[in-house]
Amino acid sequence: MAGRIKIRAQKKGDITEVKALMRHPMETGMRKDQAGDAIPAHFITEVSVFHGDQPVMQGHWGAAVSANPFLGVRFAGGEAGDPVRVVWTDNQGGTGEGETTIR
Amino acid sequence: MTTIHAKGISRRGWLRWAMILGAAAALPGRVWAAVARPEAAFGATALDEALAALGDTPQVHEGIQFTTPDIAENGAVVPIRVEVDSEALPNVRKVSVLVEMNPNPLAASFDIPPGTEVYIETRVKVAQTCTLYAVAEADGQLYMQSRETKVTLGGCGG
Amino acid sequence: MKRHHFGFTLFAVWLCSVPLAADDGVFDQYRDLMGDDNPAVFVIDEGEELWFAPQGPESATLEACDLGLGPGVTAGAYVRFPRYFADADVVMDLESRLVYCMTTIQGRDLDVVNAKPYSLRGDFGTEMEALVTWLAAESEGATIAPEQTHAAERAMYTLGEEIFFYRAGPHDFSCATCHEQSDMRIRLQALPDLTSHSGAAEAWGSWPAYRISQGLVRTMGWRLRDCFRQQRWPELQMGSEVSIALQTYMAVNAAGGTMTAPGLKR
Repeated sequence: MAGRIKIRAQKKGDITEVKALMRHPMETGMRKDQAGDAIPAHFITEVSVFHGDQPVMQGHWGAAVSANPFLGVRFAGGEAGDPVRVVWTDNQGGTGEGETTIR
Repeated sequence: MTTIHAKGISRRGWLRWAMILGAAAALPGRVWAAVARPEAAFGATALDEALAALGDTPQVHEGIQFTTPDIAENGAVVPIRVEVDSEALPNVRKVSVLVEMNPNPLAASFDIPPGTEVYIETRVKVAQTCTLYAVAEADGQLYMQSRETKVTLGGCGG
Repeated sequence: MKRHHFGFTLFAVWLCSVPLAADDGVFDQYRDLMGDDNPAVFVIDEGEELWFAPQGPESATLEACDLGLGPGVTAGAYVRFPRYFADADVVMDLESRLVYCMTTIQGRDLDVVNAKPYSLRGDFGTEMEALVTWLAAESEGATIAPEQTHAAERAMYTLGEEIFFYRAGPHDFSCATCHEQSDMRIRLQALPDLTSHSGAAEAWGSWPAYRISQGLVRTMGWRLRDCFRQQRWPELQMGSEVSIALQTYMAVNAAGGTMTAPGLKR
């Protein structure tokens, strides 16, 4: 069930505000499970936000970003109906992608 | 694409962005990985080491507005916001967030192309009460703001 | 040994009764910054998919499951629990009703279904947690109105009330030790008075909740089980009479309140 992203993109004046919530455990590798075994590190390392085909932001993340990460960014321009996409990859080769349109 | 806020961006800078963005756009579903990940800074285990890996010692700059809660209900999720006033501090192309007492202080780093507001909201883990830093890079120089956030122990319930 | 116990009990009672008003708004700024982006939205989606996913030897979905409002009716069902079901001839909470449907409709093994209802550390949510979260969301904004028409439902409330005030365990605790006064807290977490309508309504209406510190949605069944653990009582079993009785006590005290779940908690 990992890999999902919830995105809202809202036009506010000249600015488009993007809020994205990602489904990911963001494990640091320093925690132990109930049996005392280490839970392997598992976290998003790269996340990008696109407006249409244009990248709006790229984030490089460490394991210190919280579980089920939230990301808010703002960019100039953008019109209602334009697609906004968020994609990520993690340290285990997993990927996630979500898309919405600007409201 | 070149019509968006091209003011103040060197032609070379634009070409670099255009290449990166073009490469990314050509790979739908793939993360735009052309901008290098600051591996050394992520690997650093002390604040000074992480800052050194990002560049020079940052100077405090009032153009950076860094919002964190004074006291967090839970250190596992501390909401943060970094906003840079582009008139007070123009040409910011990178924003990093560091948590002084975490095992690896660098929590996240963001590359910001022209046209994007320098405005980032996210949530980070804060291992214990300490100072958080927002570091902005503009024209090769580092600038910062810092904030102390207290982390409480949870009770039960809630 | 006895003295040690007594001292510990005093300490524990003190922990639960630092007489400061709620949390004095100390986390208001934190909660404002958190906004309303609750990761429970993912769990809601997962629960909905699980409801419609064929499972078990019968390869059946849960659409034939009657949550009290008729087979497959999910909207508004949560707020009527716990309730009596004639087909099973017992009062059930939502979790035990789901177990009933999984075994009778999907033909799944009871022990397997019961084996791990709640997530452990490092997990990413169980089927039960997802289903309950979705079903709670299907009652969002609805008025809490547990059934109290059948004699068994009223008996369950009486039993729940009795357990709520029953002191036991190595700390000689009852639920009431922490939850029959207002304006009390543990560390900085406010403790609701579950004997009052407002306290019960706020608590009952806001679970299941995304527990920030665990990165998981937790259900009221889990919340009660964890209260038992904190009281050093024996482990509370999902769907047990004790669990359903306490939930009935809370839900009835909460009647008339509004479902706001899934909540977002520390």
